[in-house]
Amino acid sequence: MRLSVDHVTKYSYDQPVRGVVQSHRLTPSAFEGQTVLDWQIEVSDGTPGGQFRDGAGDRIQSWSVQGPVTEITVRVRGTVETVDLAGMLKGHRETVKPEVYLRETKATWADPGLVALAAAVEGAANPLDAAHRLSGAVADAITYSPGVTEAQTTAAEALAQGAGVCQDHAHALIAVARHCDIPARYVSGYLCADAEGAPHEAAHAWAELFVPGLGWIGFDPANRCCPDARYIRLGSGLDAQDAAPIRGIARGPGAETMLVTVSVAPGQSRSSGEGPSSGQSQSQTQQ
Amino acid sequence: MRRALFSPKGGCLTDLNKNPEQDRGVVQVTDYFNEMYQNGAVRPPYARLEDWMRTMPAEFRQMKQAEAEALFRRIGITFAVYGEGGDPDRLIPFDMFPRVFTGQEWAKLERGIKQRARALNAFLVDVYGRGEIVKAGRIPARLVYQNEAYEKAVVGFVPPKGVYSHIVGIDLVRTGPEDFFVLEDNCRTPSGVSYMLENREIMMRMFPDLFRENRIQPVDSYSERLRRTLASVAPAKCKGEPRIAILTPGHFNSAYYEHSFLADLMGVELVEGQDLFVEGEYVYMRTTEGPKRVDVIYRRIDDAFIDPLCFRPDSMLGVPGLMDVYRSGGVSICSAPGAGVADDKAVYTFVPEMVRFYLGEEPILNNVPTWQCNKADDLKYVLDKLPELVVKEVHGSGGYGMLVGPKASKAEIETFRAKIEADPDNYIAQPTLALSTTPTFVAEGIAPRHVDLRPYCLVGEQIDLVPGGLTRVALTEGSLVVNSSQGGGVKDTWVLAE
Repeated sequence: MRLSVDHVTKYSYDQPVRGVVQSHRLTPSAFEGQTVLDWQIEVSDGTPGGQFRDGAGDRIQSWSVQGPVTEITVRVRGTVETVDLAGMLKGHRETVKPEVYLRETKATWADPGLVALAAAVEGAANPLDAAHRLSGAVADAITYSPGVTEAQTTAAEALAQGAGVCQDHAHALIAVARHCDIPARYVSGYLCADAEGAPHEAAHAWAELFVPGLGWIGFDPANRCCPDARYIRLGSGLDAQDAAPIRGIARGPGAETMLVTVSVAPGQSRSSGEGPSSGQSQSQTQQ
Repeated sequence: MRRALFSPKGGCLTDLNKNPEQDRGVVQVTDYFNEMYQNGAVRPPYARLEDWMRTMPAEFRQMKQAEAEALFRRIGITFAVYGEGGDPDRLIPFDMFPRVFTGQEWAKLERGIKQRARALNAFLVDVYGRGEIVKAGRIPARLVYQNEAYEKAVVGFVPPKGVYSHIVGIDLVRTGPEDFFVLEDNCRTPSGVSYMLENREIMMRMFPDLFRENRIQPVDSYSERLRRTLASVAPAKCKGEPRIAILTPGHFNSAYYEHSFLADLMGVELVEGQDLFVEGEYVYMRTTEGPKRVDVIYRRIDDAFIDPLCFRPDSMLGVPGLMDVYRSGGVSICSAPGAGVADDKAVYTFVPEMVRFYLGEEPILNNVPTWQCNKADDLKYVLDKLPELVVKEVHGSGGYGMLVGPKASKAEIETFRAKIEADPDNYIAQPTLALSTTPTFVAEGIAPRHVDLRPYCLVGEQIDLVPGGLTRVALTEGSLVVNSSQGGGVKDTWVLAE
């Protein structure tokens, strides 16, 4: 499936800031499930930093913008050819050991509620079955409901509310998986809105669980499926903050507002899907 | 009177060995190795000092002690050794009685220290690369990959010259003429080297005769050797003479004096995070003559704070974007982020394995036998023998959160037992070591006090060690805890030329 992406993030400051530095994880991963046909990242008035592939296989690049500046636009455009691998991350070059993804973070800490949810693995036929059960349990426990959670919400809080967005689903699945000693990580990427117009965001997130013998497998509890040809994978991390496509810092007192528009559409034509996105963590703090 | 405090047998006449625990049936080590006296004779390295000590009038000693304190106050060296906490402005007591090693003793120590520093660096390169030592089953994967100090962000990145820990501080204790044990390794940013340098400086100023009478190897080349070490790991992209800066958290940090002292001695810049910025592929320093590119950063701040875009997002101490520049080869960071996984107290147990695995050699320096409370058998042993053991928190430092069984009351032991049972993973235990003593000036005259040693091994293109280190002394009678936060002081450390 050929998917085109147009992802624009506009940062505005009510007072000029002295400068901005960002670290991007905005290039699609290289694996058998996707091939980049063309891809461009533009940062208004930005100077690109050195780029490299980190141990998790993500392409990372930093950008700096010298101020004074009141507005910065980050625009990502490109086309990716995708194949449905039933969630498997085949042929992905990475050197981080799966055990590293057993580490707890604040957002993915398993509280008693999540520990109870993890009981879903009982009676699982094999590790893959266990992963499916956990993903299903998370989907049942947290209803998709935009606006009730925010970027800082933890897995435990989302479960307590019983509602959240893809970030919360991913965090909850990671928490229960790690509790069961299954390495799990947060994945950020894009999702092409399907024909029926199901309510999910174009900027998307899901989880990957490590299954011995098969490797990393994606699970998207928000959509009760494994990533297929509609998904574009950007990068991974221990949690949403660690996997954020954009991490940035502005120097200066100006208050920041951020507007994100993402469209992911089949073929070359770009269609709707615009609007502020709640699905992807694009943390930017100020100093 | 001064003589009376020393027994000619090498023990002492103070009540150091008389311990109140004996009545409770606690096994006690009473035979400490005295580095000056052995079998009634003065050991050769201290031969000259005996006379010095004996002929020094009490008033002269008091005057000199006051002079030393005034000198330390004047230069402003009042910080606590890193991680020890305590009052940052408190002067650490300086003891004028030097601690002495023969050239021969040092030669063995030097081989052992360098061997260990090589093994620790080989381990770091390995665990951020292929992880052969884990695959070979020589260290549990969990200890490495789930360690808080293991930085996923640097996996697959090999720092210049393959060095992660450029300054390795190895804490050593001695229990006999030939018996040295490594207490812990410090691979991140070990501090205290300014004491090594200042103690020597002050001793030379106060007792120039001692330095004429004894052939003492100098330590003042440390700063130049450190500078050379740092320059040797400049990134490949750096052409010409690398610009080096020391990154400090600021003047409120207890070791700020040391940061500025070292910057001064090396002739390099001392900067805070806000003095540096990332532009494109490099890091620059703001100066009155405009931005200057920085090639090597000797950072004295923790991993978590060096870059809010990679680690803690709320850090104000670091430099946004620094880790991206580092990982794309635009700057070197010393010690390399992630180096801390090698000096974790639980990983410590495996350092002798590292020496065998990477170097194919037998360790020259021994570890202290260590029981891991996360292992059922070890835990049982530790709980059984609690009154005899020293128990430490895995991530603790500075002598806090530590139980010295033979020195603790029954109630303290029981409190600690509950803590260990509640969270066994968090504790390790070691036998109570009979730390050696050296003569020390105390209120009543001269008496033996327990000491340890922290040498500073430099690792760059080459591996380098100045003959000396920081000797810490437990000034409290009978105390085995040398940390300055627990009443420890410092001494000049001599290595004699052969």
